[in-house]
Amino acid sequence: MLQVNDLTVRYGGLTIVDHLSFTVEEGQWLMIVGPNGAGKSTTLDAVTQGTAYTGRVLFEGEDMKKKKAAERARCVGVLMQNHFAEYAFSVEEVAALGRYACSAFLAGRSDEDEQAVENALALTGMISQRKQSILTLSGGELQRTFLAQVFAQDPKLLLLDEPTNHLDLVYQKQVFELIGKWLQTPGRAVISVVHDLSLAKAYGTKILLMNHGRKVACGPAAVVLVPEHLDPVYQMDVGGWMRRMLGQWTESGSI
Amino acid sequence: MILCMGKNRFSFIEFVIFAAVTFAVLCLCVCIGSVSIPPADTLSVIWDGARYQAGRIAAALAGLASDGGAAAGSGGAPSWLAARPEGLQASIILSVRLPRVLCVAMTGAALALAGGAMQGLLKNPLADGSTLGVSSGAALGAVTAIAFGIRFPGLPFAGTMVMAILFAFLSLVLILSLAYRLDCSLATNTIILIGVIFSMFVSSLMNIIVTFAADRIRHITFWTMGSLQGAGYQNALVLFGALVICGGIILRRAQELNAFAIGEDNARHIGVDVRRVKLVILITVSGLIGVCVSIGGSIGFVGLVTPHIVRMLVGPNHRRLLPASLFGGAVFLMLADLAARTLLNPIELPIGVVTSLVGAVVFVVIFYRSRRRG
Repeated sequence: MLQVNDLTVRYGGLTIVDHLSFTVEEGQWLMIVGPNGAGKSTTLDAVTQGTAYTGRVLFEGEDMKKKKAAERARCVGVLMQNHFAEYAFSVEEVAALGRYACSAFLAGRSDEDEQAVENALALTGMISQRKQSILTLSGGELQRTFLAQVFAQDPKLLLLDEPTNHLDLVYQKQVFELIGKWLQTPGRAVISVVHDLSLAKAYGTKILLMNHGRKVACGPAAVVLVPEHLDPVYQMDVGGWMRRMLGQWTESGSI
Repeated sequence: MILCMGKNRFSFIEFVIFAAVTFAVLCLCVCIGSVSIPPADTLSVIWDGARYQAGRIAAALAGLASDGGAAAGSGGAPSWLAARPEGLQASIILSVRLPRVLCVAMTGAALALAGGAMQGLLKNPLADGSTLGVSSGAALGAVTAIAFGIRFPGLPFAGTMVMAILFAFLSLVLILSLAYRLDCSLATNTIILIGVIFSMFVSSLMNIIVTFAADRIRHITFWTMGSLQGAGYQNALVLFGALVICGGIILRRAQELNAFAIGEDNARHIGVDVRRVKLVILITVSGLIGVCVSIGGSIGFVGLVTPHIVRMLVGPNHRRLLPASLFGGAVFLMLADLAARTLLNPIELPIGVVTSLVGAVVFVVIFYRSRRRG
């Protein structure tokens, strides 16, 4: 579905992403992991044409650079980690904006738009709060509102940039399960940038480990998330740390 | 186009209410002045005047339709042509107050629309022609055109106007690119700070030009505080044209402005052609501000106050906010103009004094609220 070839992003003299190549197929959930500054978010930015790059990003064989903005949005949707609301738009208004690219093409098909927004609000559990101002929402509700927007947008590929970074555990679980459900429909794929290696392992069907803008390893979790790759990248005993964390719960017998 | 759900557009009833209020204020402003004329008389004079003009136009058209118009010119007025209203009251209303109030209303509408569009585009409730320094830039353009005698043959104010629009656009581009350099998230405070500094810089340049070409340029307070004293129908026509063209373009971009008001990155992700929309909005906003400044000088804070109050009435959705701002801006500036010419009668204050007094207070209120929230 998505093919990234020899992607390089430079800011001034700094190389943020360095000759990176990877692919994502239908039905896959690619997790991009790596330490801070590895170039994970920048890679997503390049895919959505939010930053200048060299190399090629192909969606179903077509160059993303040559697509129009609305065409791109029908292929690729994005959920960011932070949203700073300034004006009192309602939940519904934000979700309905997801239909922008679709209505640009199918002028007059407002029934379909309305249905898509309705479904998205239902799926994310925001129906009862649809008239509420986004200024009054909690972080989790705000994130679910934007999730409803991207569901209404109905892209084929969903990009998530640390979607649950600031959320409580309960919302983390909610958001990841919602996305897992979304992915079950054929013809879709997900790429997400995550910090939490456990989440990557639990939900990802493919892992891309990055460091200093380069690909360290790419493939199934069992191949990529192993000490030979992780320990040099994070410069610590990752497995040991994970066991110690889990031990906090198992040894004391509290769970 | 997108969705017809509930309050997603400006309903007909709301339109009627806003239009009625605007019309009532317009009549009030024409009636009141150093000579007060009862509303009934005012309306009848305006009605007769309109009939007279309509009759003249119809006669001219009829003349054209028959052979060459010579017959209409020499044959005298047809019997159905209304007589031209005469008398002191008629001339006060038709040649002084009405054109002025019309210009004030349309300037207010244009500035409010420009302010609303900028506040959406930049996701910044403090953005306005005066706070960003665009009005000062436009005024500098106009002053430069007059001082250096830049004009187009045949079109009397075109030189000033084109220079004002051009300078408004260049100021916007300069301010925004500076702000992006300093702080790529375009934080509210950075951009306002740059706007204020830019205004001060431009005002100094303007002062220099005005000092050296004092014989040709109107007094500096006209350019810094604005005035629509002596505005005529020709000005009103130009304002109307600018409103129809630029206003039409901006209103068609309401949905894109909604997306920008939620966030520029979000706008890009849902498929808005961010660069193009931004360019279109910046050009049309410069057009509106440039035309307003070249006719009435820089009248501050109209574009800040109006959308802010209107947003409290109709919400932040630009499909409702922008049309409501057109009416709101007209009402606000007409009332400000009324205050300017009646409060200290017979002394007339520059209109910008009144708008800035209100605007500065509203600015502080908005700033205070957004700081507490952020």
